[in-house]
Amino acid sequence: MVNKKIKLFLILSSLIFIFFTFYLGLNKNNYYTTENIVYKKIENFESYEFFSNKKISFKNISPDKKYIILNIWSSWCLPCRKEHKNLIKLRENIKVDLIGLNYKDKFENAKSFLSELGNPYDIILKDKNGLISIEIGAYGVPETYLINNINKKIIKKYLGPINEENVKEIQSLAKQ
Amino acid sequence: MNNKFNIISLIIFFLFINYSFADEKIKRIDKVSKNLRCLICQGQSVYDSQSEFALSIRDLIIKKIDEGETDDEIYDYLKVKYGDWIIYDPKFDKNTILLWLIPLILFIFGGLLIFRKVIIIK
Repeated sequence: MVNKKIKLFLILSSLIFIFFTFYLGLNKNNYYTTENIVYKKIENFESYEFFSNKKISFKNISPDKKYIILNIWSSWCLPCRKEHKNLIKLRENIKVDLIGLNYKDKFENAKSFLSELGNPYDIILKDKNGLISIEIGAYGVPETYLINNINKKIIKKYLGPINEENVKEIQSLAKQ
Repeated sequence: MNNKFNIISLIIFFLFINYSFADEKIKRIDKVSKNLRCLICQGQSVYDSQSEFALSIRDLIIKKIDEGETDDEIYDYLKVKYGDWIIYDPKFDKNTILLWLIPLILFIFGGLLIFRKVIIIK
């Protein structure tokens, strides 16, 4: 009799456990993104300036600015084309330097992309083989980062093209 | 004649050494990239995928191996950048303790049940 009760209790409690495990699992977002991996420091890297091909260290970029915005782009990436007008809008209304990182691109193609759509960037760096983007923790193009330029920590990440709302958010974050 | 033979065998020896080292390196690149999830692909590893992301990660693995880093150092580097999700084989820590222990507990529990049944039948 006692044995039966214990069995019943065990079966019931395991059923309840399984039910709640699956129930909680239902509500959990299983779409993985690195968007929440923020406040991480970007380690120093070296790259080449897009037009002059001069070697530049990330730590020496815009030394007088408290924040910088880093945008990873490429001429072959369609969403980048879509986002470009928002980058230009962002650059017009903000005192923060906008740094472009040209991802796995051909120089000629990238140059004609900029002459066609305008160049919002203060500095453009090259990422020929995509290793700098991995150093930053990026998936690909386009991605935009608001970075504290004093300690080089990421404040906010935008995966994919930025929209007008993101532009407003970046503007208000970079004012603080 | 003897001298020629020596030179030829030396060349073959070096070619072989070079070949086996290269082979070893490719095996390591494959092994590491098979254990890394391509984060922008659906159910593919870095090894399987031809996306720009996976190709860059493979370049990174080659660079890190050339710099003399171990497999674990490469995994740790990528874990800092992208989180634990990028590794297929989860490490044993406080977040994954249930994942590792539940099969073990079920195994022991089931074994006990079978053992008791067998004893009772006997």
